[in-house]
Amino acid sequence: MVWNGEEAPILRVRGLTRTFPGVRALDRVDLDLRAGEVHVLFGENGAGKSTLIATLAGVHAPDEGSIELRGEEVRLHSVHDAREHGISAVFQEFSLVEELTIEENLFLGNELKRGPFLDRKAARRRARELLESLEFPLRPERKVKTLTRAEKQMVEIAKGFRSRVSVLILDEPTASLTERETESLFALVRKLQAKGAGILYITHRMAEIREIGDRVTVLRDGRKIETVDAGSTSEEELVRLMTGRVIDQIFPSIEFSPGAEVLRVEGLTTRSGHVRDASLEVHAGEIVGLAGLVGSGKSELLRACYGLDGIASGRVVFLGEEVNGQSPRRMIRRGFFYGPPDRRAEGLLMNRSVRENILLPAIGTAAYRRGGFLRTGKERDTAAELAARLQLQPPRIERPVSQFSGGNQQKVLLAKSLTRDFRLFVFDEPTVGVDVGTRTEIYRFLAELCEEGAAVVVISSDLPEVLHLSRRAYVLYRGEIKAHLVGEEITQENVLQHFFEREVA
Amino acid sequence: MTDSAQREGREEESRRGPGHWAKQVFLRLGVLPLFLIGALVIFTWLSENFLTQRNLLNVVRQSSYLVLVSVGQMFALLTGGFDLSVGTIVAVTSVVGALAMAALHAALPEATFLVITLGCLAGIAAGGLIGAINGLGVALFRVSPFMMTLGMASVGFGIALFLTGGVPVYGMPFAFSDAFGFGSLLGIPSPVFVAILLIVFLYFLVSRTATGRYFYAVGANIQAAELSGVPSRRILFLAYLFCGLIAAIAGMLLTARLETGEANIGSSLALESIAACVIAGVSLRGGVGRLENVVLGALFIGLLSNGMNLAQIQSYLQTVVVGVLLIVAVIADQYRLRLMAADRA
Ligand SMILES: Nc1ncnc2c1ncn2[C@@H]1O[C@H](COP(=O)(O)OP(=O)(O)OP(=O)(O)O)[C@@H](O)[C@H]1O
Ligand SMILES: [Mg+2]
Repeated sequence: MVWNGEEAPILRVRGLTRTFPGVRALDRVDLDLRAGEVHVLFGENGAGKSTLIATLAGVHAPDEGSIELRGEEVRLHSVHDAREHGISAVFQEFSLVEELTIEENLFLGNELKRGPFLDRKAARRRARELLESLEFPLRPERKVKTLTRAEKQMVEIAKGFRSRVSVLILDEPTASLTERETESLFALVRKLQAKGAGILYITHRMAEIREIGDRVTVLRDGRKIETVDAGSTSEEELVRLMTGRVIDQIFPSIEFSPGAEVLRVEGLTTRSGHVRDASLEVHAGEIVGLAGLVGSGKSELLRACYGLDGIASGRVVFLGEEVNGQSPRRMIRRGFFYGPPDRRAEGLLMNRSVRENILLPAIGTAAYRRGGFLRTGKERDTAAELAARLQLQPPRIERPVSQFSGGNQQKVLLAKSLTRDFRLFVFDEPTVGVDVGTRTEIYRFLAELCEEGAAVVVISSDLPEVLHLSRRAYVLYRGEIKAHLVGEEITQENVLQHFFEREVA
Repeated sequence: MTDSAQREGREEESRRGPGHWAKQVFLRLGVLPLFLIGALVIFTWLSENFLTQRNLLNVVRQSSYLVLVSVGQMFALLTGGFDLSVGTIVAVTSVVGALAMAALHAALPEATFLVITLGCLAGIAAGGLIGAINGLGVALFRVSPFMMTLGMASVGFGIALFLTGGVPVYGMPFAFSDAFGFGSLLGIPSPVFVAILLIVFLYFLVSRTATGRYFYAVGANIQAAELSGVPSRRILFLAYLFCGLIAAIAGMLLTARLETGEANIGSSLALESIAACVIAGVSLRGGVGRLENVVLGALFIGLLSNGMNLAQIQSYLQTVVVGVLLIVAVIADQYRLRLMAADRA
């Protein structure tokens, strides 16, 4: 590359290589991050984005290559070390301590002190200021373990903003935020940008690239393919660079053939009070979308049906039988699948293999048993087949899930739904952290489920997802169902109008 | 990924030499192989009687009790807990079994076989009951395993002392000790024989049944396990019940060997069994661990005390060594997790 006379970049990466046993996750990657730019890293699941930023954030040392910060070569030995250099990262997988409060987490490893003692007042004040400036509606004294995935994501982001940063790294920060929260995050990013910081931003969402990206570096198979201008490069071009092929349609067209009622909820109020007097129904052969802000209760509603949250009043009828207060185990037996939004906390056994994870819901069934023993051969076959169907990369079913990239972990979670005969599939944020190509596959997968006659519910903070996939959609606001939209009525305006209702008016 | 990239990756692996290899062994198996090799080398060098067939067989026989207790302990550890009451369970089993057997023997001096069977059942039931109570507390009332098993350790020990007044229980039929303490079957000492049978059974249970898989699932992520339909409470209960039953069986075997029922046996078993498991790579956070390795871990601890005896190291110092090795193993476990985590991010 020719030096073009512009100001030298804050961060200059040359020939960065990092291998894991059997995988070259980064292969001689070059990257320049200029002051005041938002530089997007774009690539398929497993392309090496997280590995790249983990290396820049001091999590692991590169095998080869150099990192220069403002013209000086640096060696980063730890996350702490990197932060001392002004590089701050928000990771894809959370690094919060569940038992501590938000404020304790925010200043962890960097505690505010007065003399030898912790200055709790100052910590609380600073935490509050920080959260306010980000417009995150969180009380700093809450324990992290009580937070939802989106709320944890907010804390994780706030952590990245707590000290003076010259390089901020964000790995899919909006994966579980709603539009409004995303907006306030972007406002902050712009502020930092104006102060001359460089921002490295990973996302799978095209709209975000348009909105805040200045330049885009595309990675594929650990290699840098190209760095292009965000403004003047078309989406098709980006997808082509990313996948090496052309994807014409992200959302499939789905043939709905609604049949018998599978789930009916009447006047449901949860014990926590997060859902009040909600009624809905789901039929076989249709996809029903649930939209709403974080905390609107869209997730709790179905969690209560699945037996995860207590029900105070109302009725849940599944396949014609009242199932109030049953355990998830029973609901699974009845044919109810629920895929949780937070794969790390609730979805996966991170240190167990892909095979064990995929088959966990099914190994108790007769199909996987012979004379009391597990049919390990059949297990392997099923796992391998599902891994192939969902194009798991790399297709190694005996590896611990923790060794896969975020999007591929998500595929493992989805694969669990195919191991026994489910009648209702509820996917809570099914495409968190999934690349465009894979997302197309997941949508196709949902469409097929529905066309084969299953009832499907998609709970999502990603509005386009609800708009394009649903035959009917419910919009929740503060625990109540505010709108029920059918077919043509499901438009962005209609849905958004109910997102904020009253607050705006 | 392309073929060539894969090939490059593999070549790189083979170029990395013994340091890399040792790291991989460590990552995969933990510290145990390193400890075992170390112990074998040192003791062979310190004492010429160490590496003889007779001595090694002796080690296996002496270790069989610890092997059993450790295998039981593994169940608790797999689910993310532990059982501090295994020593007490052994003691209660011993006392109750011996008392029952002695009483029955006095009443029915002729029916030796019946007396032994009933006595063993009584002892094992008593030990199993403590395990069941542990399990109920942890699974149903969500008491932390630490408090639950510590509390039961105190309760059980008190009962054992109360029942015996602190004196050993005599009066069991001689045939009991002859068969289970000193006897052998097919040339294998009977405690070893029993241990092998149980290990084979438990191996299949743990690695080849759904229930076995669930122990790992509950320990790895209890929420995810529940959401996937794993009966987590039943599994937690079973873990402590199994642990109690297996410790109880070890307790009866030990009673046969000692020819008396005693309230004071087994005080070091909790520490030693946890040490054996941790050294064998069972994670204290749950969800990780292999039965075969635990057996090796317990044998290693047996080997260690045998070697130190031969090398005439004082028994007080021996406790120090076991404690130090346990801590080293825990540190190594942490380090190992960190290495694995750094490989990810
Ligand atoms: N600890 C590990 N051990 C082995 N392989 C790993 C490990 N961590 C990552 N990899 C591999 O390195 C490659 C790059 O992974 P990385 O997490 O950087 O992908 P990514 O671009 O962030 O993907 P995503 O969009 O899904 O988050 C993948 O093939 C992944 O399987
Ligand atoms: Mg990633």
